Amino acid sequence: MKVKVLCRNPDDYVRETTRDIQRVPRNYDPTLHPFEVPREYTRALNATKLERVFAKPFVASLDGHRDGISCITKHAKSLSTIISGACDGEVKVWNLPRQECLRTVQAHEGFVRGICSRFCGTSFFTVGDDKTIKQWNWEAPGYGVREEPINTILGKAVFTGIDHHQREGTFVTCGQTVDIWDEQRSSPIRSFSWGVDSFSCVRYNPVETELLASCASDRSVVLYDTRESAPLRKVIMQLRSNTLCWNPMEAYYFTCANEDYNLYTYDIRHLDVPVTVHMDHVSAVLDVDYSPTGREFVSASFDKTIRIFPKDKGHSREVYHTKRMQHVICVRWSADNKYVLSGSDEMNIRLWKANASEKLGLLSAREKAATHYNKKLIEKFQHHPQVRRIARHRHLPGDILKQKRELREMREAQRRKEQNVRKHSKPGSVPLLTEKEKHVVAVVE
Amino acid sequence: MAAVTPEVLTSTHVEKMKKKKLPKRYWEETEKTDQSQRRPEEEQGKAGQNQNKSTVKEKSLKRKNGESLEKKDPFPGEAPIPQKQLQKFQRGKKCKVPAGARERLKEAIAISEAMSEHAQKQAARYDLLLPEDAGFLEGDEDEDTNTISQADIADAVDITSGSKYFNLHLSQFGPYRLDYSRTGRNLLVGGKKGHVACIDWQTKDLKCEMNVMETVNDVKWLHTEAMFAVAQKRWLYIYDSKGVELHCVKKFNDVLRMQFLPYHFLLATASATGFLQYLDVSIGKEVAAICTKMGRLDVMAQNPHNAVIHLGHPNGTVSLWSPNQKESLVKMLCHRGAVRSLAVDKTGTYMVTSGLDRKLKVYDIRAFKPLHSCFLPAGASCLSLSQRGLLSAATGEIVQVYQNVLGSNPVSKPYMAHRLRGQIWGLAYCPFEDVLGIGHGEGFTSMIVPGAGEPNFDALDTNPYRSHKQRQEWEVKALLEKVQPELIGLDPGQLSKVDQASFEQRHKEQIEALGFDPLAKDKFKPRTKKKGRSSAGAIEKRKRKVAHEDQRVFLSLSLLSLFAIISHCSYYRHDDASHRRCNIFKQSD
Repeated sequence: MKVKVLCRNPDDYVRETTRDIQRVPRNYDPTLHPFEVPREYTRALNATKLERVFAKPFVASLDGHRDGISCITKHAKSLSTIISGACDGEVKVWNLPRQECLRTVQAHEGFVRGICSRFCGTSFFTVGDDKTIKQWNWEAPGYGVREEPINTILGKAVFTGIDHHQREGTFVTCGQTVDIWDEQRSSPIRSFSWGVDSFSCVRYNPVETELLASCASDRSVVLYDTRESAPLRKVIMQLRSNTLCWNPMEAYYFTCANEDYNLYTYDIRHLDVPVTVHMDHVSAVLDVDYSPTGREFVSASFDKTIRIFPKDKGHSREVYHTKRMQHVICVRWSADNKYVLSGSDEMNIRLWKANASEKLGLLSAREKAATHYNKKLIEKFQHHPQVRRIARHRHLPGDILKQKRELREMREAQRRKEQNVRKHSKPGSVPLLTEKEKHVVAVVE
Repeated sequence: MAAVTPEVLTSTHVEKMKKKKLPKRYWEETEKTDQSQRRPEEEQGKAGQNQNKSTVKEKSLKRKNGESLEKKDPFPGEAPIPQKQLQKFQRGKKCKVPAGARERLKEAIAISEAMSEHAQKQAARYDLLLPEDAGFLEGDEDEDTNTISQADIADAVDITSGSKYFNLHLSQFGPYRLDYSRTGRNLLVGGKKGHVACIDWQTKDLKCEMNVMETVNDVKWLHTEAMFAVAQKRWLYIYDSKGVELHCVKKFNDVLRMQFLPYHFLLATASATGFLQYLDVSIGKEVAAICTKMGRLDVMAQNPHNAVIHLGHPNGTVSLWSPNQKESLVKMLCHRGAVRSLAVDKTGTYMVTSGLDRKLKVYDIRAFKPLHSCFLPAGASCLSLSQRGLLSAATGEIVQVYQNVLGSNPVSKPYMAHRLRGQIWGLAYCPFEDVLGIGHGEGFTSMIVPGAGEPNFDALDTNPYRSHKQRQEWEVKALLEKVQPELIGLDPGQLSKVDQASFEQRHKEQIEALGFDPLAKDKFKPRTKKKGRSSAGAIEKRKRKVAHEDQRVFLSLSLLSLFAIISHCSYYRHDDASHRRCNIFKQSD
């Protein structure tokens, strides 16, 4: 007779001392793990719920301005520093980790319309309603020394925006014309205009550094090459664009924030139809900024919310609002891809997490593994109705919700009417336009 | 070599390295390699004075050709994995890239396929690291293993294993029902006349013992060793491991048999009044109460694969139940007489039944087909299946253990047999041990059945050696991933599949569920107009103006169906897979 009976030595399965870690022998045999799918689904559901539970995006509020914030800029080199300009001409430099104001400058009379940091991070430029461009040193002056700009340029008309070149000592301003300036000179090197009276925003392309884009008040977005004497082309839309931002990774895309509550992402090679129409805001969109990875962008709107859109999705993945936040004028995505800054009418700059449920600070290896696992689970079960319902739900203030419904009704009515018109016209005389095609009026070369 | 250029220096450096001899390997023929190593070096030395760069290239080329080799992997490539092991970890079929798929989709499918294949391989490789092997019993020549007595086996094996064969003489309150906890450490026995005891059976440590002074029909551990349920004469009681009564659940009366579904935290009970009830033990609520209308329910088993409850009935049928449906999922006629006992294997493939017609039958419950049956002279009153597929059957006073029952080959002689005194009332295999517990009229017997238990447990699921802290941790995790009772169905993997029911199908179901068609167009109702323009005649006229539109829809539909008939193709799938009710009233033999 040959016999063997299962007999385990407990020493192989129990830790030797209490200071040891517990032994966890595994066996991956599927028959020992029944209900794989329902259990995984339950885990995914829990992960989705926890994600919503931990979604506390608001980090801090920086107060100190005495008027609405009109513009914010990041420091070119330092992650922790930002500058903000207010509607009373005051400029403040902030330290983000300490959440305090380092320096206050009375830069202009009237609005500060635009701020930009020099690429080397030694100085910054401001433009204001007093028709001046001022260059300031990043370093604060010593105690008792008056705040003086390094350089002041007096222009002919009001400047509404400014942006600095990525590598060279030139910058661009917009107002009644788009002017390109050399830092050393007091008159513009070149001026562009294309039959319009004013521009609201101008931005250098971050990759193709001689390329410029600007938003004009005649509902157009104009592209320029600084090496040429005339503008390249422009696209005219149905309503005016307020600002635009280039995608820093795929720099042939830019997104413009429009007055018609939408944002449009364009490919500069095919301006006739936008690549994506981003709809969700219920009022004019005032500012837009891309994340440094180029995968998402944040938009600020007159409807007192900021929204985060994936670059290729038509609807936002996130909406941030608080009771006290009024019309959001400007918004920036921090250079470490973790935070979003918003400046609003009620004199506060707010710091938000870019990923609402993310845990800040250092994570242990197990925490990291758990977050990765949960993320994957949510992704795997994202189409299940329960998971989708929880993941998509966002609380909205009552009036925004009401406006959203109203807007939906309006769009539906419009669609119905168009349909009826089409039904009763000669076939082919009322063409069927897609949402993308609807908003472009013309492209002018 | 005298030149002091850096190139020359590098070559000398290489030579120095080469002089160091590598340890011999059994697959190397040392002399040959030594020679072949030297030759190219000499050549290099000569040529190296003039064209250093070219020699470096040559050297690398030669290495590639394999002339001068330092060390060669005798087993190139990754280690092979036996196909059988790979198959074990196969989950579903491979995803095929649909024709005309976009590049992005193709890429995503390829990546996910590669990842799952990698995981499968890793899991299959892990089998090498499993520490324990299963037990076995082999007789000498011309020796039947079923003639070997328990005492002999206990003598032949080591003391720890030998002590797993023992008897508890409890002749006063018998016969006994029993249940092992999920980790296999604790044993719960309940005598018909009210004696309930829980024991750590390996250390023979008595945790609690009491007499409930009432008939005990069944006993069952709940999710941990801290709680157990006892079905007493009137109500269902829940005690803790010290024997303190925690709950008396008066909604559950006259319970005869119980099953605990560990991943759902459900206690399923079958009562003498014909009710099948589910108690959620994590929140203490009755989840479902189903009137089976089948009379007294004293035969019950659970399918561990999909948590479906199997009930055996006096008319020879076995019915399958889930808490989500008031009728049985499946009803199958298994025996000519009453069903005496049932057992389902852990993969959910086979069901073994025994009946008053003294037959033992094995069914494939995926196809609901009988595989084979055999005649036992005494009939089997109790059945139990072990983790590795051994079947034990209580025939009269003898417990027989059969091997290789699950599958297509018919039952032959038993693998082991053991005679007891008194009627056998309960049979249960201890999980992760080679032990069969038998409750009978004279008490309890623990019997050694080599090869019964799964040798390697998964500590994150069930760990017999877990500490207090680990148990607490496990309990929290298990409660967090408690599967909702709504997810119980015949196929537990249904949730991961794409619901391909066509729009028409869903629409039809919706109409059935709601009782009306939600997408149906309202009938045209003319607006009432003032100043006499709403006379009956005018309304009729206005109705007639739009009548052709309805007519048009109707016509197009009828034309469509006409075409369908002509081309012999059906537009509607008559597929009631969603209901999955298959009634098999088939009698074999």
